[in-house]
Amino acid sequence: MSQRRTLSVLMALFALLLSGCGQATTPAPSPTAVVAAPTTVPATEVDPSPTDAPAITLNVFAAASLTDAFQEIATAFEAANPGVTVVCNFAASQQLATQINEGAPADVFASANRKQMDVVIDGGMVRSEQVQNFAQNQLVLIVPKENPADLQTLADLAKPGLKLILADKAVPVGQYTLDFLTKASALPEYGATYAEAVLANVVSYEDDVRSVLVKVRLGEADAGVVYTTDAALAADALVQISIPEAINSIATYPIAPLTKSAAPEVAQAFVEFVRSAEGQAILNTYGFSSY
Amino acid sequence: MARSTTFRLTARPTWRLPNLAPLGLMLASLPILAYLLFPILAIIFRVDLSAMLEHLVAREVGQAISLSVITSAWSTALSLLFGTPLAYLLARRQFRGRSLVDTLIDLPMVLPPSVAGIALLMAFGRRGMLGSWLNDAGISLAFTSAAVVLAQVFVAAPFYIKTATAAFAGIERELEQAAAIDGASPWQVFRYMTLPLAWPILLGGLVMSWARALGEFGATMIFAGNFPGRTQTMPLAIYLGFELDLHLALTLALIMLVVSFGVLWLVKAILRQRV
Repeated sequence: MSQRRTLSVLMALFALLLSGCGQATTPAPSPTAVVAAPTTVPATEVDPSPTDAPAITLNVFAAASLTDAFQEIATAFEAANPGVTVVCNFAASQQLATQINEGAPADVFASANRKQMDVVIDGGMVRSEQVQNFAQNQLVLIVPKENPADLQTLADLAKPGLKLILADKAVPVGQYTLDFLTKASALPEYGATYAEAVLANVVSYEDDVRSVLVKVRLGEADAGVVYTTDAALAADALVQISIPEAINSIATYPIAPLTKSAAPEVAQAFVEFVRSAEGQAILNTYGFSSY
Repeated sequence: MARSTTFRLTARPTWRLPNLAPLGLMLASLPILAYLLFPILAIIFRVDLSAMLEHLVAREVGQAISLSVITSAWSTALSLLFGTPLAYLLARRQFRGRSLVDTLIDLPMVLPPSVAGIALLMAFGRRGMLGSWLNDAGISLAFTSAAVVLAQVFVAAPFYIKTATAAFAGIERELEQAAAIDGASPWQVFRYMTLPLAWPILLGGLVMSWARALGEFGATMIFAGNFPGRTQTMPLAIYLGFELDLHLALTLALIMLVVSFGVLWLVKAILRQRV
């Protein structure tokens, strides 16, 4: 009897969980929107007729740092292309690259570095001549508002006992961070042992850039290194310490349609849309600089 | 229950059953069995032996294995120590809110581990409800091996508590009462009567709980973070290895498979002998 009660509670819980999952928002495309796809698509052997094509779902795999910008771009693209639904999959670029090479259904890949784009090129999923850069980003040191470790300068990052969170070296931003530390160590003002001292303070190597952001914002760590665009999202909860241009890493984001896309012309249209004035304007509002 | 089933089967004409029913049952069982086995075999066949030997001596692999062994041993011990009184209480006493407590214990088993991780962070994180207080006392849990153990206990202890409750409930009260009438103290009744009788099932529950702790991933990733040798357990090393070096991930995955299978098998053998 108590077992049956437990079961009904469990079922109610599952129902709750399920209802919480249905978040894929598909805004009704406005009927007056102009179809942009055919004009921007380069000539292909397939006859692209998205006007009377049935509903198309475009799967866009994008780096975690692009989350907010690409959600807005996806909405704008849907508005401009009635019948197209854009479903975004955000994760660290190396996770996406692995998923794509293992056969995940994807139409477009936007990576936070060239290395992970090369992984899918090597996997035969992207043709290298179709890769185009579309945005740039930079690193910034972030500290919780209360600044528990009293960090004032980049050099303070080497203070022993500090709790620092970085992204794992498998993640593009993690690799960029290691590059920055190496460059800093070559400068006399930081000293040759800088990188080593900083890395000794690391308490966790997170699996994507947004985990670093959230954990620093929650005050779990004293500092973290993220992209300037991520820091901008939580500007009121963070103190930002900028990293000088000379030692900062410029992250360049490449994008490409995938060879196995079920809707190659729509995928190409999405790539063009991201690189168009409208797409770039959206990226700029989130702090990305145009390539 | 089992007795009545066999009785009903033998009472019916049995001449058609022996051939068809087992065969049909076996055929009906095959798809799910094959489905469960196939991915495991796929891992075994993908492992490159020379690459595996190479990875076995890698520092990160050794660190991940020893951290997993130590933390899961701790979490199992804590589940035993703190779960047993609760299980005994639930099995022996009827009290207001008992079913509520029972349902609460079910919760960690159905919650996604990521929810568990966030919940732990909210409670024991540096600015968490308890964590901020601990932090003032100079104790910081997040990003330590202790956080790994806490995450494991949260998701794994219910497996032990549920099994132990059932084990204690299965022991007839008259036995305990008889011992009490003969002058045994409650502790003596529990220690020399209840515990030995329940032990085989308790052990089964402990092993389930240990296996769950060994496989814990989501809550650890969120609450304890990922640092080799400190919080990077085998599941985390497998996850990150999957992105960096597939052979490393495969090596660790195979070790987990073999160890888990071995322990489960061993305990089943012990239980068969005892029961």
